[in-house]
Formats: sequence, structure tokens, C-alpha cells
Amino acid sequence: MWQKLYDELKDQNFTIIAIAMDSEADAARPWIEAAAPGYPALIDRDHRVAELYNMVNVPQAVWIDETGKIVRPAENAGAYEGFRAMDLETWTMPDGELATTISAQATYFAAVGDWVRLGAESGHLFNSDQARARTALPSKESAQAHCHFHLGQYLLRQGRETEAREHLAEASRLHPTSWNIWRQAAEKNETGLAASAKFWDRVQALGDDHYYPPVELAGMPK
Amino acid sequence: MTVILSQLGEFEVPAGPPGGLWLEPEQATAVSGWELRPEGLCRGDVCVPVPPSKAETLVADGKINLAALWDHMGMPIAQSADGDVWALGEGAENRAAELRSLEAPDFTLPDLAGVQHSLSDHRGKKVLLATWASW
Repeated sequence: MWQKLYDELKDQNFTIIAIAMDSEADAARPWIEAAAPGYPALIDRDHRVAELYNMVNVPQAVWIDETGKIVRPAENAGAYEGFRAMDLETWTMPDGELATTISAQATYFAAVGDWVRLGAESGHLFNSDQARARTALPSKESAQAHCHFHLGQYLLRQGRETEAREHLAEASRLHPTSWNIWRQAAEKNETGLAASAKFWDRVQALGDDHYYPPVELAGMPK
Repeated sequence: MTVILSQLGEFEVPAGPPGGLWLEPEQATAVSGWELRPEGLCRGDVCVPVPPSKAETLVADGKINLAALWDHMGMPIAQSADGDVWALGEGAENRAAELRSLEAPDFTLPDLAGVQHSLSDHRGKKVLLATWASW
């Protein structure tokens, strides 16, 4: 998903660091090998980056400048939730929703390109106060959730599945807005996606809330 | 053996008595960053006095009870049913302060070949830190 963007910008003092929120490297391997990325593609089996940056879904991204400063905090990386309009009988999306999904990603990628080329002059950057105001902060519950998640992932690797599942369920209970925690542990369908009936029920239960919150960029769908 | 999963890594320590996570001071520092000093239990510039009412639960026979310290600090902690695996997390307030500073938290993770990469290796470049998943 990121290779084309990287190829366009790699000669401009820029890199992507892609983080796979995956329990097992082998789950992520086919995608990484197909992309053959020129940038680091890392495996985060304990969702450490999600904890550090308080991320709750994929794809999310953070813009970090040359000095290591966050200039756009963790946010939806240009995904649009058109899939919510999918017909589950035929697995098709209305034409308009598909077009919006494609243009939302293109708009986000164009904004990244603008930042890489213009740096601080880019109109897409937040100043420090704005960036802070847009930073979702962890709570006592979400911190405790990541602790249970870490323990659960370790126990899973040790083959102690029953006990592991209890900690993963507790993690999700404590941090219910984290799709990362829920989907990592959820049952997968025949194509390896955590998109079972339970997933669709959970998405349905969002009601007017977003699965992918709108990105604060000109031209993005609301 | 007891396994400790902390922010500093994965550690194996000799199993101690039940009812806590008692470690030799050097071990406690290695797995958690906390050390016993005359002013109390400290990590970097932060020191927590050992209140007399909790003295015996936190420090005894020269050992430190990390589980009690974590409870005392209100930091996240979880243990397996047998008490043979413990996860010691970072407190939400510390994480929040880090994020509010806007200094991107560093991390080190492996690629498919097992080679470790850190965010800080890329200082001097713009970085798009982007997540995805197979699921």
C-alpha cells in the first residue's frame, strides 16, 4: 500500500516505517514479500507502537520531522469507511463509495508528498499547540489494557491459549475502542480477515460513530 | 523461573515467594529501571519515598517487591494465573506526558529477517510512521 508513495518521495530525505500489527511474522510475510518494500517493514507482535502512540486501528500514521518531532499526531492514514455500505450478500460496494475510498487515499498521499517537498512550509502541518490538541491521550484503562494484551500475546506464544484468551478479552474490555486489540484476537474468516459476523455486528454497533475517523485535510470525505 | 515482560524487554528471574514479585535490587533495576536509593525507590530523576506503612510490602530482606511498587505507583500490571509470568506496563500519565512533549517515542522492532530497526536510526529524515495488519 505504501510502496508507490515511497518510490515517489524516497530521494527527498524521507522514509516510511511500516509497522505490521501482527502476532506472527508469517501472517504479514506474504504482503511484505509481495510489496518488496525499500523501507523498513517491521513486525509489532505486541502492538508496542500502538501503545506508545495510542493508536486504535489500522491504517494509522504519524508524521515525524527530521528532528524527531511529531508534526501530525496519530490519525487515520487516509482510509475511508466506504466498506460499511458493502452488500454482504454480494460483497460489492456502491460505485460512489468505492470512488470516495480511492480518492481519500490519493488525497492523503498527496498531502504526505506536499509535506515531504515543502517541509515546514506545507499547509498540512499543525503547530505544536494544534498537534497537542489533536493528540489522543491514553487512559488508565487503556494502559492496563495494553498490559493484559502484552501478557496475552506472550501466553499465546507459549501455547497457553485458554489463559491467553482471558487476558486478550480483558484487554478489549478495558479498551473497547481499540480495533487493533479486538481484531488481532478475533476469529478470522476463510481469507484470514477478522471480518466474521461478529466484526460486522461490532461495526454496526458504531451507529453514527466512525470506524475510520475523518482526516483533517482539505478534500477529505467527512 | 518467573518471566517478566517490561518496557525494557523480556526477562527470566528466579521464582520468589508467592504474594509478590520479589527481586534482588540489581535484578529489579535491570528489568524495570527502578532502584533503591536512600531517598526511596527511584527511576532517573523520579523518586518515590517508601512510606512506613508500606515499607514491608515494598522492601524486605534487601529485596524489592516490584508488584507492590507498581501497585503503589498506580501503574499497569498483570500476571498469569500461576504467577509465573508478569507484565509491567508504563503508566498512562507518563505516556501522555511523552506524547504531549511531541517528541516521537522511540522503539525497536524486527523486520521479517529478524534485523532490529529503531525509529531513531532515521533521525535527520522525515518519517511517515504507518501501521497496517494482515487481519
